[in-house]
Amino acid sequence: MKMNLSHFEAAFLFSMFTSVVLGVVTKRTDRDRLQYGFYTFGCFLLALFGIGWLMYLGHG
Amino acid sequence: MIKEKEQKQPMPPIGAWAPAVALAWLIPGGGHFLLKRNGRGGLLLLAVTGMFVCGLLMRGAMFQPQNGDFLTILINTGGFIGDVCSGILYLLSTWLGYSQPDVAGHVHDYGTKFLVTAGLLNVLAMVDAFEIATGRKD
Repeated sequence: MKMNLSHFEAAFLFSMFTSVVLGVVTKRTDRDRLQYGFYTFGCFLLALFGIGWLMYLGHG
Repeated sequence: MIKEKEQKQPMPPIGAWAPAVALAWLIPGGGHFLLKRNGRGGLLLLAVTGMFVCGLLMRGAMFQPQNGDFLTILINTGGFIGDVCSGILYLLSTWLGYSQPDVAGHVHDYGTKFLVTAGLLNVLAMVDAFEIATGRKD
């Protein structure tokens, strides 16, 4: 069995798992943890789309 | 503006934190379970194990320490340490014979990164378990 993911799918999964851990270990209250988890996930997605477009435009 | 120096906290006795940190290394989230933080432990277990299993399913390569130039030593030794930090997940997969050569392709490459990152996320979980065990964090 092998997972064949696109760049986007792999980066999306990576962002999700990493955001969960960062949210859990960083803040002190559950509310802050949830907020921080969503915040880091949003940042990952923003970087994913931003850098993706940058590379697309850079290649011409 | 004068920057205040953080007060240096005394190191707590090793018996207070070593079992939690050791269990946190062996089983992702295990330190939190030991310290009765079951919800957070469950999330860490799911996230780190999910990351590691995805890495295996993408046929990521495990790093082995290698000699050579500085960059080769740094990458392979660092990657090996990252892999080992996954604890039982790494031990089980190597004992059960998982051995994937490093081949070209973006899926393999992502898999290798997923395996290392699972270990690094587990290091964060270990640090969190240490802070909870020593009373520096709730």
